[in-house]
Amino acid sequence: MPSLIDLMLEGRKIPQAGPWPRVVVDASVWKFAASELEHGRWNLLGLWAEPSTVHMAIMDERTAEVAIVSLDCPDRHYPSVGEHHPPALRLERTNNDLFGLVADGLPDTRPWLDHNRWGMRFPLGDRIDALPTPAPYLPVHGDGLHQIAVGPVHAGTIEPGHFRFTASGETVVRLEERLGYAHKGVEGLMAGASLKRAAQLAGRVSGDSTVAYSYAFSRATEAALELVIPDRAVWLRALLAELERLANHLGDIGAICNDASFALMHANCSILRESVLRASNSAFGHRLLRDIIVPGGLTHDLDEDGTGTIRATLDNIGARFPELVELYDNTASLQDRTVDSGVLKSALARQYAAGGYVGRGSGRPFDARRTFAYPPYDRLRFEVPVLNEGDVNARVWIRVREVEQSLSLVEQILDRLPEGSIATPVTQRHEAREGLAIVEGFRGDVLVWLRLHDGRIERCHLRDPSWFQWPLLEAVIENNIVADFPLCNKSFNCSYSGHDL
Amino acid sequence: MRKLLFQSLFRRPLTEAVPAANDAALAEVATALGRVARRRLGRSLSIREIDAGSCNGCELEIHALNNAYYDVERFGLRFVASPRHADVLMVTGPVTKNMRQALERTYHATPNPKWVVAIGDCARDGGCFAGSYAVVGGVAEVIPVDLHIPGCPPTPTEMLKGLLALMEQADAVAP
Repeated sequence: MPSLIDLMLEGRKIPQAGPWPRVVVDASVWKFAASELEHGRWNLLGLWAEPSTVHMAIMDERTAEVAIVSLDCPDRHYPSVGEHHPPALRLERTNNDLFGLVADGLPDTRPWLDHNRWGMRFPLGDRIDALPTPAPYLPVHGDGLHQIAVGPVHAGTIEPGHFRFTASGETVVRLEERLGYAHKGVEGLMAGASLKRAAQLAGRVSGDSTVAYSYAFSRATEAALELVIPDRAVWLRALLAELERLANHLGDIGAICNDASFALMHANCSILRESVLRASNSAFGHRLLRDIIVPGGLTHDLDEDGTGTIRATLDNIGARFPELVELYDNTASLQDRTVDSGVLKSALARQYAAGGYVGRGSGRPFDARRTFAYPPYDRLRFEVPVLNEGDVNARVWIRVREVEQSLSLVEQILDRLPEGSIATPVTQRHEAREGLAIVEGFRGDVLVWLRLHDGRIERCHLRDPSWFQWPLLEAVIENNIVADFPLCNKSFNCSYSGHDL
Repeated sequence: MRKLLFQSLFRRPLTEAVPAANDAALAEVATALGRVARRRLGRSLSIREIDAGSCNGCELEIHALNNAYYDVERFGLRFVASPRHADVLMVTGPVTKNMRQALERTYHATPNPKWVVAIGDCARDGGCFAGSYAVVGGVAEVIPVDLHIPGCPPTPTEMLKGLLALMEQADAVAP
């Protein structure tokens, strides 16, 4: 079996790119990589474009090796990966929407993010005037089928997206998602931005993962500039990431139960979530910890009062969370909704390299903190919980176990927090330099790749974990009843904004 | 479950004291309400939330308004599932071009009298996303806005202050 290193030897290595290699390959090597993905030997981590180049980030899960392969396509055409490996489908449709790059052989050429509202096509490539591009829904045939159209304005306080259900009686036979409503053109705004502005934008890709995104963006910048940041900043970043994970998991556990009409769990989990946000605010000055992580380090240090508040808050959660877990576990009417609903098969989770609780609830043991062991996680003790059932219940339990792990991680970090400064000045380099970073957010692995030139962003791609989770939601809802969709959807809790970008 | 419910009988409530209505918001709302049809609202407002393209940060804090600390329902503020049931539209985000039509339609589906509250810095002028090919700008570019609540995102307390100012004025101008 060829390793990623063999693939690397086939191409031309790009200098000044870190920490993982990027190589420019020819079409035959590109196709070979697609076939290896198809046969499940490698994982697709991302696929993105520049005006006349496509890039693909690949991981070998057995060895934790990562590489980027790039293909120059001056004629605006490249061999489709999605033709062989479906997880690439929406990414290739997006490359066409944004850059006008055509994936030859792509089975679905409908626009994805482009709703024909921008007044132009290919906004990041050679712009042309808008042409009406039809985007029909997938056809359905059969007796007694009916369709239910939901969104983009939903009944709850949710982000915008459209769901087209085809149901037979109460049973969903097909769900088709249509996303892109929250598309803000972040990658377009990134081009030419200063580091300061780019960091601000990165922290606003998906509000619930603001720490994860600024963490990944900063690590990618530091990798590009070969910048070493102070130890204290390294440890505090992990503290921030764990606080964000805690707040989101606590909120999700309650919200999933609420979608099964079990309000008591929701009320109690919301109190615990609020306590994390308040502790974050008093320790770091922002409830969602926004704009704290920046290239070079942090903007806000943790003082003794802050440490005390965080410790007291986590002690309280540690004392109160177990009785909520017991309540979840002992309420048969709630389990009746969550057990065996929305089952994601392990094979699909692996094919899509689904991250976070979606992957780990379906037997895929990937966690960027463990697989890549970026500091300080290489020096911290934690378990990566994995379940094989793949149902809503499994995704709840993964979150429960991760809350417990995060409580322990925060304690370890506070016990061992090094003294010293929290930031190092960012020295700009004149030449073009590239960096890649993968950080575990609460939802899964966030990938950021960027190229800096003369102190500015030349190109920055941010890939939300939702890209490889949204398509799976379409699969898991099949044969479930319509009324269980909110439950399944909340158990995935994919980001609309992070995906639409 | 019984144990948890029993404990909650004796535990002191977590609910925050009522914040004073925000002065700046009061002034903004006072002029807005002079223009709209007057009607006694029975000291309550039904709110329909619309995400017109936000990063979801504002949504997180709007969710928090319903937790035990802020408990908006004690003020008669209630989140409803349809614009047809709403008095107030709470809109977040820079309005994306892909969401413009949905926002307009939701506004037109809301019966009069109605108020629009724009939540967050992006909803004011597009925030850090202003100028993008995919963004229209602030909410006021698409539908008339009666009140802005700034912040990135605004805290639940700030949102509560703004909404209370809206309520006070709505009551004051009622016949």
